Parts: sequence; C-alpha cells; structure tokens
Amino acid sequence: MSNENISDKNKNREENMSQMTGKQETATDRNTNTSNTKGASATRSLGDVAAGREAKVGKAFTGGSGLEARGIHAWFGKKHVLQDISLEFATGTVTALIGPSGCGKSTFIRTLNRMHEFIPTAALAGQVLLDGKDVYEPGVDVTKIRLKVGMVFQKPNPFPSMTIKENVLSGLKLSQIKIQNSDELLESCLRRAGLWDEVKDRLNEYGGSLSGGQQQRLCIARSLAVNPQVLLMDEPCSALDPGSTLRIEETIRELADTMSVVIVTHNMQQAARVSDYTGFFLSDGGPGRLIEVASTVEIFTNPKEKRTEDYVSGRFG
Amino acid sequence: MSQAILDVKPEYPWKLTPKDLVTDFLGALFTLASTLAIVGFSPLKGKLGFAITLIFMAVITTTIMSWIKLDRKAAFNSATTVLVYVTASFVIIALASVLYEIIRLGAPGFSFSIFTNDMSQTASDMPLTEGGLLHAVIGTAYIVTFATLISTPIGILTALYIVEVKGRFAGLVRFFVQAMSGVPSIVAGLFIFALWMIQLGNAYSAVAGGFALTVLMIPTVARTAEEVLKLIPSDLREAGLALGATQWRTVAMVVIPAARSGLITAVILGIARVVGETAPLLLTIGGADAINLNPTQGNMSAFPYYVWKNLLIGSENAISRAWLGVFVLMIVVLVFFTLARYLGAARGGRK
Repeated sequence: MSNENISDKNKNREENMSQMTGKQETATDRNTNTSNTKGASATRSLGDVAAGREAKVGKAFTGGSGLEARGIHAWFGKKHVLQDISLEFATGTVTALIGPSGCGKSTFIRTLNRMHEFIPTAALAGQVLLDGKDVYEPGVDVTKIRLKVGMVFQKPNPFPSMTIKENVLSGLKLSQIKIQNSDELLESCLRRAGLWDEVKDRLNEYGGSLSGGQQQRLCIARSLAVNPQVLLMDEPCSALDPGSTLRIEETIRELADTMSVVIVTHNMQQAARVSDYTGFFLSDGGPGRLIEVASTVEIFTNPKEKRTEDYVSGRFG
Repeated sequence: MSQAILDVKPEYPWKLTPKDLVTDFLGALFTLASTLAIVGFSPLKGKLGFAITLIFMAVITTTIMSWIKLDRKAAFNSATTVLVYVTASFVIIALASVLYEIIRLGAPGFSFSIFTNDMSQTASDMPLTEGGLLHAVIGTAYIVTFATLISTPIGILTALYIVEVKGRFAGLVRFFVQAMSGVPSIVAGLFIFALWMIQLGNAYSAVAGGFALTVLMIPTVARTAEEVLKLIPSDLREAGLALGATQWRTVAMVVIPAARSGLITAVILGIARVVGETAPLLLTIGGADAINLNPTQGNMSAFPYYVWKNLLIGSENAISRAWLGVFVLMIVVLVFFTLARYLGAARGGRK
C-alpha cells in the first residue's frame, strides 16, 4: 500500500523534476556537489539539502523491483517489535530508514537478508520477495540469498586474520566461488568503495591497520566483491568522523547506480544527503511501525504525517 | 615570544621532590629499625618473625606517614598499596626459590652426554657422568605428542560445539567438561589402566600413558578454547554469514583464524597441565631404563617417572639425577613454550 503512495507522489514529483532535469549529473559531479553543499548545510533546512542533491525519483520503479518486503512482523520472544512493514526497494535507488532508537529499523533490514534468524528467540511473519521469490520459502538456500543481499554493519568489522586483499576477496572464499581475475576484482571493488588510492600500496597489510573510516570502506568493498543486487547498511557511519562519513556517502551514491542500497541512519542530514526515498519508523511503546515512506524531498519538506514532521524538524526523537 | 617558548625546559612535577625522598628514606629506616628492635626484644624470633614484623611495620609506617601528609583516604590507599606489593612479592619469592633450587641442584649434572645415553648400562648410584635420560626424553615426547594429537581436535571441537553450534546439549557438555577438569590425575590413570589394559588386555606402553594424559588434557584445552572463542566478537561471525558463507566456512575461515593465538595458548596450557603428571603414568607406562622406540609396545620411561624412580632409590647420585631430570624437563618446557608463543604470534592478525 505504501508503494502505491510512493507511485502517486512520484507523479507529483516528476512535474517538479522536469524543471530540474537540467541538473541531471554524473555520479562524480553529484559527489562534488554533495561536498559543496555540506559546508553550507548548517544554514539550510534538511529539505533544501535533500532537494539540492536531486534524486533519481523520476526513474524510480522502472528498473524492475529487486527487493520487496510484504507485511513483515517480527518478534523477539513474546515482544512484538515490528508490525506490518511493507516496502519496496527499486534497483538503482537509495532508501534511508530513519526513526528513533528502538523502533525496529535494524531489525527490519536484518529480516531482508535473513540475519534476523540468528537471534535465538526471534520470530517472523510476512514475506520478503527477492526477484519475486520469497526468501523465507522452505527449501531456499539461505547462503544464496545473503550473496545477493549484502550487508554492512554498524561497527567496522574487517576479518582480523586477513590482509586487506584477503578481506576484499573473503566473500568469494567463504562462499566458495571461483573466479579467474581476482586482481581485477580486487581493484574494482576497492575503487568502488573509494579506498583504492589509499591502500593500493599496502594490500598485504592487515585490515586492522587501517583507520575506522577506511575499515568501514574495506567492509563495503568486501560486500561488493560477491556482486550483490542489494546492499543493506546498518548505521554504517555511526562510529566514524565526519570526513569518513562523507567519503562513505559518496561511495553510497556511486553504488546506487548499479544496485539498490538500504541505509539505516540516525543522522537525518545523512538521510537527506544520500537517499532517494526515506521511510520513517516509529514505535509508540508497542511494535515499531512504518509511519510514512515517500521520496526524501517529500519527507523533509512536506511530510503527510504530523509525527514525521515533528521528527524531521527535531521536535522529538 | 618564540624565545620564551624555547626557554621552557621539560619538567616532571609529578615526580617525587627531594623532600619526599628524604621522608620516604627516613620512613624506610624507621621501619627497619623498629623491626630490628621488636625482633631483638620480643618473643618473635628468626627469619619468619622478622618477615612478619617487617610487613606489619611497613604497613603501619606508610599508613601513618600518608595520614600525616594528606588524609585518611590517602592513608588507606597507601596501606592497600603496600599489601598488594607484599602479596605479589610472596608469589615472586616462591617461584624464584623453586627455580633457584632446581638450577642449584639440577644444573651441575647437566652435560650433553645425557641426551645420548640411557640408563640401561648404568646404575642410578653411579656418578652423573655415566648414563643419561634419552629414554625419558623419548618417552615424554611420545606420550605428550600422542596426548596432544588426540586432545587438541577433541578439545577444540568441544569448545566449538559449546560456543558456535550452541547445540541442545551444550550446557550438559559444558558441565561435564568442567567436572572433568577437576578429576584427580590418578583417577585418569586408573581409568585407562582398568579400561585399556585390564578390560582390553593391552600391556604397558607409551600409548596407554598418552590415553591417560588425554583424559586430563581434553578438559583444559576445551575450557580454555571455549573462553577464547567467546572473546571473538559476534560481529565477525555475522559478517561471515552475511557474505553468504555456511556456518562451517565462517567458523573455519573467520572465527578460528581470529582466535588462533588464543587456541594455541589453550593447547599450551593443556600440555603444561599434563607434561609433569606422574601418577597416571606410573599406572600406564610401566617405566623403563632403556630406550624404547616403539610407542605402541613395551615399557616406556618419561621425565616424571625418571625423577620418581631416582628419588625412590635415594642415594646421593640418584637424587642428583632426579634434580637433573627436573632441570631438563623445565628447559624442555621453556623452549617449547617460547617456540609455541613465537609461532602463535608470527602471523599476529589480532592487534
């Protein structure tokens, strides 16, 4: 149902978009633009930030839907933590999930690549469709799902026993995929993660020797090596300084050209800067619910729900 | 301005002032003097009396001095500091005196010929230039290697079952491992003696001794490995699984390499637990004075057995042989541990 909402809004957006088409830029230009606006953002509203980096809303849902959640409920033991979440993630877009702590954003994205089930008391209802097939269907090979839906965690967690090179290629080894030109893949993954220039001379050092921001980009490169369709990011910048955060945001924008990215963030500036769509989660003491989902500009300038407006304008949360 | 900055010299305001040093020195002098006075004029006599009085007086002096200088809190802090230092020095004194005795009594008999001879042609009472302990070296090497080869995989797999698989019986297995680590070593020897030798009809051999030590070694390896695996952050496991790996691949490629140096420590601790065990070996290896190169058959010697036998004989030269055995065992363990530490740290991924 929320998807239809989005589609309706998209039509509205497209009218606005037509004025902006002149602003369609390449990924690199957009990044410079992001960094320029960042400095000035203190004096601008989040809506301006979101509008300044005009999103790919216009071409949304045309690239075929990669991943779709339908009526997801989740429990930990008897505690109902997520209620009826339906969301669609189109290829080539970035979706940000915002909301106060404990409203189920992380739990939700962990249901998308079946990491939810590792918590012993976890339970789930609903469907997650990847290319139209439910990933929770009996007989589905869960390791294949996780290859297609990669994940980057809150804390940078490169494998400590592996070098930078081994870390990037670890996904292939772990899932026993054989490839011919591993050096090319290594370079392309590190380039896409924006790390190549910093580490090209030290590929045989251990991952732990990098700084926090570099480690997180190494983790992104590691996720890219298995060529996922969707990349889930659970507060990827919360442990990083602003400079590293900016680098990762640039990386996210570049990645969105070829895959869909879902990012959980507490930082509304970040959501405004980086995402095409934003979903607002809220829990009123009970299970977390998806209050509103729309294009990011819409959420930050003209939200339909009062609670969304209160949250994005900093009145609570 | 810059000149002024250059003129500033580094200072150490937190270091003791000359006045502090003088008062501290006087305090120490007072402690020593009062201790000597008390030992001289009271029923507290001898080294023990001196040590106890000295500790007592040191605590009192430092406490009163800090009280006068600062306040009650500082006095309590000084008292506990002194007590901690005293307790730590007790441990160091105990260890150092053991080490000193072993070197004092064991080192004089040491020569390289002991590594080329056994005791088949030599009586224990003969001078230490005759004979050697090659048979004990070979025996201990066989027995400990055998025990390590069996215990390492079983111990680590048990730890993996408890920590990684978290199977239905994990709690039960954990309980048994803990209970087993408290088993007296002679019970392990008796168990193998009853099962392997009497029930299954095998004779004394290095293998039987190895089995007995295995019973003791598995719980040590398993418990230490369990603690080590628990320290590996679950982030790493999730990262592995999120890359599309099976649980087995994640454990083998991510968890175990990350825990590598800890797991090596677990094995070392297991070896340390069993290498000096005497009681289970007395029941299972039979003992020998000659080299036996066949681990599966025939009586075998070992360091603890060699020491025990020579102590029983009791003549001066035999007791020197026993100390020599302890001394060599200590060196072997030291060399081995250093090597294992070096290997464990060689590819030190974890920072």
